[in-house]
Amino acid sequence: MTAPHPETWVEVRPQGLYVVPGGFYVDPLRAVDRAVITHGHSDHARAGHGAVMATTETLAIMAHRLGEQPDQVKQPLAYGEVARVGEVEVSLHPAGHVLGSAQVLVEYRGSRMVVSGDYKRRADPTCAPFVPVRCDVFVTEATFGLPVFRHPDDRGEIAKLLDSVRLFPERCHVVGVYSLGKAQRVIGLLRAAGWDRPIYAHGALLPMCALYEEHGVRLGDLRPATAGAKGIPKDEFRGGIVLAPPSVIVDRWARRLPDPVVCMASGWMRVRQRARQGGVELPLVISDHADWDELLQTFDDVGAPEIWITHGREEALMHAASARGYRARALALVGYEDEGGS
Amino acid sequence: MTPFAQLLDRLLYTPARNTKLALIVDYFRHAPDPDRGWALAALTGALSFPGVKAGAIRDLAMRRVDPVLFGWSYDYVGDLAETTALIWPERRSNRAWPTLGEVVGRLGTTSRADAPDVIEEWLDPLDATGRWALLKLITGGLRVGVSARLAKLALADYGGVDATEIEEVWHGLEPPYGELFAWLDGKAARPDLEDKPVFRPPMLAHPLADDEVAGLDFDAFLAEWKWDGIRVQVVARGGEKRLYSRTGDDIGRAFPDVLDHVGFEAVLDGELLVVVDGAVRPFNELQQRLNRKTVTAAMLRRFPAFVRLYDILFDGGEDLRDLPLAGRRARLEAFFARAAPTRMDLSEVVDFSSREELERLRAGARDGATEGLMLKRRDAPYVAGRPKGLWYKWKRGPLTVDAVLMYAQRGHGKRSSFYSDYTFGAWRAHPETGAPELVPVGKAYFGFTDDELKLLDKWVRDHTVNRFGPVREVTHELVFEVAFDSVHRSPRHKSGVAMRFPRISRIRWDKPAAEADRLETLERMIS
Repeated sequence: MTAPHPETWVEVRPQGLYVVPGGFYVDPLRAVDRAVITHGHSDHARAGHGAVMATTETLAIMAHRLGEQPDQVKQPLAYGEVARVGEVEVSLHPAGHVLGSAQVLVEYRGSRMVVSGDYKRRADPTCAPFVPVRCDVFVTEATFGLPVFRHPDDRGEIAKLLDSVRLFPERCHVVGVYSLGKAQRVIGLLRAAGWDRPIYAHGALLPMCALYEEHGVRLGDLRPATAGAKGIPKDEFRGGIVLAPPSVIVDRWARRLPDPVVCMASGWMRVRQRARQGGVELPLVISDHADWDELLQTFDDVGAPEIWITHGREEALMHAASARGYRARALALVGYEDEGGS
Repeated sequence: MTPFAQLLDRLLYTPARNTKLALIVDYFRHAPDPDRGWALAALTGALSFPGVKAGAIRDLAMRRVDPVLFGWSYDYVGDLAETTALIWPERRSNRAWPTLGEVVGRLGTTSRADAPDVIEEWLDPLDATGRWALLKLITGGLRVGVSARLAKLALADYGGVDATEIEEVWHGLEPPYGELFAWLDGKAARPDLEDKPVFRPPMLAHPLADDEVAGLDFDAFLAEWKWDGIRVQVVARGGEKRLYSRTGDDIGRAFPDVLDHVGFEAVLDGELLVVVDGAVRPFNELQQRLNRKTVTAAMLRRFPAFVRLYDILFDGGEDLRDLPLAGRRARLEAFFARAAPTRMDLSEVVDFSSREELERLRAGARDGATEGLMLKRRDAPYVAGRPKGLWYKWKRGPLTVDAVLMYAQRGHGKRSSFYSDYTFGAWRAHPETGAPELVPVGKAYFGFTDDELKLLDKWVRDHTVNRFGPVREVTHELVFEVAFDSVHRSPRHKSGVAMRFPRISRIRWDKPAAEADRLETLERMIS
């Protein structure tokens, strides 16, 4: 008997990707009975599901962001551990995106599908590295699905930031970062580059940083970026690095900082016009998603003859995947955001 | 290429002038010769590679990239050089990054047909920022917001010399400016350019404030009309001729009608105007001829240029700048009588017997070609820069209208958290329905204090009805008294009018929007 093609046992429903013989959704876009969650970003991990299976870290992140949800059945699964759900076997494998992020491998009668969630291939001191898992269908994101997106070495980007701090010692560098993942990665990269001074953070970032610390990710001396008396900028921020959510770096909150150099850490910073529109003075191309080359490389690494694309710029990626001999299909799932919601 | 590429990249994103200066100075400090000289030439617009066109860059990209993917990428990025730089498939290359000197040297001697191969060789070892900088350099559109003036200020900062010293040598030097850097590094004397047609930094005037009028000794001053053109310097030296703007930009190529007739040796200071049948035309017409590299025959015919002379700095090789104005004026008149230059005349000296008479003359100076009066001390030498108490511009009072705030945009740099750029409108009857509507008539971002800015920012946030990226549309409730120097017809604006130098003179928190001015009021002010 040949293994059934995933097309015959996986459905795209308005709620999201549904595994029929398992009776669960992966990263559903609205509340469902049973969900497997790849990672804690709010567009993938939503509130109100009856039962959730995810890594311990992702469950902790969800509890922090969405509240405890006492009626919810939570099933933690370690990387590599296999669980039987209905008629399928489910296991989670590192996706390298943020702390606890996982690819979901679903096996049904010898047919294997991997739902990658969001992923990246670069080393990240704050989460486990991506592991390629062989499969028949690989379900991928396409956030940076255009060949102009090729992320440079993140060490070079951090060096740019530190060069600027050296050149403008009287100013404060404020870096826009998403609160889950990017903030901790940038801190980790700064520490790895030898920056051992305090790093200041907007209040919205601190709880997630504390959660990372509880899971063994060391972030060093981290302090709240509180305003001085009467909102007057504090001198201790001069020559310092402050991290804050992207929405506040050019808004009123930033007025507490002395003459800030506005920086932003995101894969979108690769395109100049996009960076300039946001009022960014120092763009740092640091992304938690696979870039164009890495998307294509990953298809080769997992050996799947067929690629399904969930969200992002699927047309270019489909074109390139087809040209390389893969069967490629866009699932057109609506509701996932460009880059890691905040 | 590395430091140059990084410099361009930072400059592109940096709105603040002082930050740009610091970045350029830092570059001069660390970049080697002759690269920094070539970089200086690129920043000041002195480099061009006419052999490489945008089409060649696109063809080059097509050698390596799927055209379908390139098309989608170009649609997304919106800039050919940047798309090519980003999409270029990286190959391992054993070559080192090309130096700026190598790029400039080799492109200058490569034929148009061979240029793409040469560029392709360079693109491989570079990273994305390096490729972008290279392609921008080659296609001649740096657009990083650095004027030649700013680059010269950076040189002055770097060398610890006065900016006027840089100006005085600048136009006698050629890229890659070895002598210049040797001087600024203290390794050689200042370049000697006595017989070169260099720019001489001009003497500038202070505005005469209302409260200074009473205390001014008018008898010590000579009065002239303040013409509404642009300040220029005509330099003829050693058989070469130049026309410089006030900031030392060489604009001669766009004004052959002025320079072609120059047959004298002198350095003259004057106002560039469009003059038809002896009458000075409005500034708008001169504007048609500004910021162009070359000029068409039709332009020359429709908007003939002219220089109204008011000072002489050199007569032949003789430096007259230490003479008092009265002495220079006599020399200017003698020069004019002797040389009889074409498409030039002398700025008239305005006779007056009392301050009151002069005030009357100034108030009447609203005919589109003059903006008021100039007052210059008769006993003052010609001093570069803006010395105190010697020259005044005494502009006629500004025009004002009450306009209604319509849109506010975020500022840049220090003002990036503030809605600080305001678009305001005047009332008119809708062309079809006849209902009253506001039509934008101008945009201003200064004229208010920092405290007022905070209040305005809050008002904008509290009265937003629509958001378009960095722009907010607000309810039509707040009235500004807007001051401006003049207003002109402009087919490019929906309102059909454009203001010169609009600024917010008062915030009329008290005034109901319905009582703001109508477009017809502005139209009647057109000069």
